[in-house]
Amino acid sequence: MSLYGPLWLSAQLAFVTMVVLILIGTPLAWWLSQTSSRWKPVAQAVVAMPIVLPPTVLGFYLLILLGPDGTVGRWWVELTGSTLTFSFTGLVIASCIYSLPFAVQPIQNSFEALPRQTLERAWTLGASRLDAFFSVAVPLSFRGFVSGMVLAFAHTLGEFGVVLMVGGNIPGETRVVSIAIYDHVESLNYAAAHRMSLLLLGFAFAVLLGMYIFNRKWSTR
Amino acid sequence: MHRTLVLLLIAFLAGPVVAEDPLRVAVASNFSRTFEQLAVRFSEETGIVVDSATGSTGKLYAQIVNGAPFDVFLAADADRPALLEASGKAVPGSRFTYATGRLVLWSRDADDCVEALHASKWVALANPDTAPYGRAARDFLQHANHWQDVSGRVAYAENVMQVLQFAASGNAGVGFVAESLLNSPYAPTGSCTWHVPPETHSPLEQQAVLLTSNGEDERAIRLFEFLQSDAAISIISKNGYGESR
Repeated sequence: MSLYGPLWLSAQLAFVTMVVLILIGTPLAWWLSQTSSRWKPVAQAVVAMPIVLPPTVLGFYLLILLGPDGTVGRWWVELTGSTLTFSFTGLVIASCIYSLPFAVQPIQNSFEALPRQTLERAWTLGASRLDAFFSVAVPLSFRGFVSGMVLAFAHTLGEFGVVLMVGGNIPGETRVVSIAIYDHVESLNYAAAHRMSLLLLGFAFAVLLGMYIFNRKWSTR
Repeated sequence: MHRTLVLLLIAFLAGPVVAEDPLRVAVASNFSRTFEQLAVRFSEETGIVVDSATGSTGKLYAQIVNGAPFDVFLAADADRPALLEASGKAVPGSRFTYATGRLVLWSRDADDCVEALHASKWVALANPDTAPYGRAARDFLQHANHWQDVSGRVAYAENVMQVLQFAASGNAGVGFVAESLLNSPYAPTGSCTWHVPPETHSPLEQQAVLLTSNGEDERAIRLFEFLQSDAAISIISKNGYGESR
């Protein structure tokens, strides 16, 4: 088992998940920040659930839902001929659910902190809602986006339980770095486990440090 | 009020009052249900209280090496007990095979398990690098010249229990499991089971060792004698294991 294969796979998974989550999470965060619907608490609770639920619960339901007998899994098999469980695509779906709150909550917080007048001014100056969103709301919420992206990426990198349950440990497809480390420890190859763990440790620290330094610079400006 | 709180705190800190420390046994997960039955019988016969912790052989091994206070280790392989013996964590010469595992091919829907090996989208086996049953399954597939055909469609599970879970949920068409698992009250109903010929794979010898962590415990030696008695052997074979030696 090579050292960089699983690490690279984890990085790819984390990156794809981050991109998908920004695409899905931004409109969701915007709606949550603007709505006064009585369903808002329900939606917020659903979004926050992956923080509370153990990965075993998510993994268990995903194994059934994404499996060839599950609603999503069956549909996918009919569409593509391959299964979602034991595949990279399946892991992306799992990771998006698993890391959803980490992307949505920081973005939502920034949106909520926007002064209402700023948007209203843009509207009265003739900007369409969409235009105002992209040229006013998004740039002003830049910090929230950076936090959401970093946290979604980093949290997916550290994913273990869900992948263990639906991944199938396939090299180059679903054997991510956390699983590879676990296997090394189980097979008593502590040297390899140390190398991978140290790399991950350093990387996680660097990413979070970078985010906090960025946050500090941004807030003191 | 304060006194009650203090008393409660002391009670919690002191833990439950036990007349005697139980005998601590680390049991490989595939053997846990069988061991429960054995422990009941053993306690009835000797009055010795047994406390067991289950987990994968690799995890239990790591715990023992790092000072976990177990008296006896019932592993799923022969390697880890040998390593413990070599490193002085186990009593030399105490190692013996208490059970031999049987490898079974199992499917939920297929009529013919061997055919399903070729027809299924996914074949589940335990990770050959970490799990003895996974290594045995790979041995068989290589021995029967199926490996080339199957290897691209293998989903690796952490252990045989997860193999069964993959196969029982329909995610894998067929999987290599331990026969002992299929005797569990929670075992799913399969459409076929096929016994893998034992001569086609490395033996699934499950070995036990006496650990040195708490000094040599007289009660642990009695457990070892019990495990080799006719009564124990009959319970072990009823649970889907081959003869112990």
